[in-house]
Amino acid sequence: MSVDMSKRKTDIGPPHHEQFLPPVIKANYGKWKYHENPKPGVLVHVGETGDKLYSVRAATPRLVSIETLRLYADLADEFCDGYMRWTSRNNVEFLLTEEKNIEPLIGKLKAAGYPVGGTGASITNIVHTQGWVHCHSSASDASGVVKAVMDELFPRFENMDLPAKLRIAFACCLNMCGAVHCSDIAILAVHRHAPVVDHANLNSQCEIPNVVASCPTGAIRPATVDGNQSVEVIDDQCMYCANCFSVCPAMTLNDPDTDGISIWVGGKLSQARHVPMFSKLAIPYVPNNPPRWPEVVDAVKNLVEVYAKNARKFERMGEWIERIGWPKFFDLTGIEFTKYHLDDFTHAGESYNRSLHVRQR
Amino acid sequence: MTEKKRETPLLDELEKGPWPSFVTEIKKSADKGNASSEDLLGVLERSYREKIGHWKHGGIVGVMGYGGGVIGRYNDLPDDFPGVAHFHTIRVNQPPGWFYTSDAIRKVCDIWEKYGSGLTNFHGSTGDLVLLGCRTEVLEDVFKELTDIGFDLGGSGSDVRTPSCCCGKARCEWACYDSMQVCYDVTMNFQDELHRPAFPYKWKFKFAGCPNDCVASIARSDMAVIGTWRDDIQVDQAAVADYAGSLDIAKDVTRRCPTRCMGWDGSTLSIDNENCVKCMHCINAMPKALSPGKDRGAAILVGGKAPIIGGALLSALFVPFINIDEDVEDLYELCEEMWDIWGEHGKNRERIGEFIQRVGLGNFLEQIGLDPIPEMVIHPRTNPYIFFELDEEEDE
Repeated sequence: MSVDMSKRKTDIGPPHHEQFLPPVIKANYGKWKYHENPKPGVLVHVGETGDKLYSVRAATPRLVSIETLRLYADLADEFCDGYMRWTSRNNVEFLLTEEKNIEPLIGKLKAAGYPVGGTGASITNIVHTQGWVHCHSSASDASGVVKAVMDELFPRFENMDLPAKLRIAFACCLNMCGAVHCSDIAILAVHRHAPVVDHANLNSQCEIPNVVASCPTGAIRPATVDGNQSVEVIDDQCMYCANCFSVCPAMTLNDPDTDGISIWVGGKLSQARHVPMFSKLAIPYVPNNPPRWPEVVDAVKNLVEVYAKNARKFERMGEWIERIGWPKFFDLTGIEFTKYHLDDFTHAGESYNRSLHVRQR
Repeated sequence: MTEKKRETPLLDELEKGPWPSFVTEIKKSADKGNASSEDLLGVLERSYREKIGHWKHGGIVGVMGYGGGVIGRYNDLPDDFPGVAHFHTIRVNQPPGWFYTSDAIRKVCDIWEKYGSGLTNFHGSTGDLVLLGCRTEVLEDVFKELTDIGFDLGGSGSDVRTPSCCCGKARCEWACYDSMQVCYDVTMNFQDELHRPAFPYKWKFKFAGCPNDCVASIARSDMAVIGTWRDDIQVDQAAVADYAGSLDIAKDVTRRCPTRCMGWDGSTLSIDNENCVKCMHCINAMPKALSPGKDRGAAILVGGKAPIIGGALLSALFVPFINIDEDVEDLYELCEEMWDIWGEHGKNRERIGEFIQRVGLGNFLEQIGLDPIPEMVIHPRTNPYIFFELDEEEDE
């Protein structure tokens, strides 16, 4: 270690944002009047004084090399005095004051492989997790599925021709670092069997009472196995949440033969029109099929197309389904309704239909 | 340059198509001679072939004096892929609103070229600038050089996680409070709680300037601060009329109002503001004509989380309106009160939302000194099992 510990700084917090704001933002901070979306991927914000700020939004894979970051820095220097930001969905935005710079910047971004779009009634970048690139508990890769899905949905990124915006999120296990649970379409990788216990090492790696306490269904209990102090799992009680694996590496869930992907629909976050909603199960399982996950891509594409064809203007996926009813949703999408769609966890009863409000088929 | 012959037939399939490819990004870094990136390609190709990840549980790594900010990660095939034997992630607290200059970006890149994989996430799910993959022995150097250019680490584990916010007043006419400044102030106020995990589990803050909630605060944070207003929506009737040409105002705006508090007679838009619930739909649909009122502030909601472990929760309304730009101290006090009781009685890995459901909202509010109000519920209880407190009633 080469660091002189006496000169070390801690607890300085993040850099204050003011040093990173372009002059047009400093002059109009809190004084923006309105904005428009003149074309896909371009926003113009107009201040009370008439000042204009143009934001050009480009796709990124989220996992970016420093080579690409330096490219963005160079483009920002060339077209907007070095000012840029990222969106909450991992797009990069260049902050321009010169309208004439918009098209040349878009041209260079596209040529470098970073297309512009993702505004308005479109599908923008997919919020996602680390997957096989970095995670110990992932039931699938993340970046690969996202890449394959966005390749297929790409025209929806470059255009604004959906009834409303459509937000897709991906999480590679139900820890949900991607917090996909309120997305129009959520792609969630799942484990499907109880943990395999490494009895020889469990007691040296983990606190047995912690492991037992970590299970939300009480499926884990202390046991002596082959002379080792360990735990046993009541398989029928396990719902594969992997909470035990989070506290104890000797409880392995990852399995190439049974891990796969589930697909959920109809969540939303904003307050607009309808209160926020959770995503609900559409497809319990499709297999992991790298490198391009064709079954996942087809399933998502089908959901998007059926929604695009049937929803009314401004209706998010969940609002559309609520209007037509879930039976019609399963009819239109051709998705099979199964036992797995019936909730059996804590708040299960809340989803039972305790009325006669059904459309007879 | 590494001499290893790179064979990644499966990953190469993910360089096809119009969407930017993460594989191309890893190759860019590997082509510059970064051995970590080269071996990441190797181990990832193997994962694609075997359909399983090759990363082990973290273990405790970090920088001196901090308990959070570094996610330890080791590969389970270190002999085959020594470049990723250690592949620790460093979470760097992003600037509020994710604004940067090219100069700041280049400085971060230079550090990461010197010490790490050359790969990043812009950004991680919680909001951090993520430096993806380095060895244990460089952590202090990276930390020193980051603080020299003005950056600090973010949170991890059972601490205050890196707060994040929308771009707020910097680039949005709908921001009802200064979400970036409040996010910065809260982050600075809770530096100790952010760097040194001492809670039952994680605590996330998110700051959204308006009810559109561009940072997903209501679903993804234990405390969501969401901008709103109390007075009338500002209306420019001439601009409304301009929209009539391109928008069916009756069908797509007023009839989509959740409380039907609006009317459109073909020339004038009327709003019964007392019944407006500030959903933003009409404002979103006609941004040149409508804007939030002038009496602006924020609501505070508590307890949102993903499913682990008792099921997903949305944050619940605690404070319907606070002038947060002026009264951020009240937020600090509310947090301290909640952390006291949660820290004392919360179970290991129990988020505050789950804790509140376990002890009961009424009991929890009593402990933190907040009065129950009808805005906190969709409706009052429907079951008659009330825990009457006769002794306390007699005291009053």
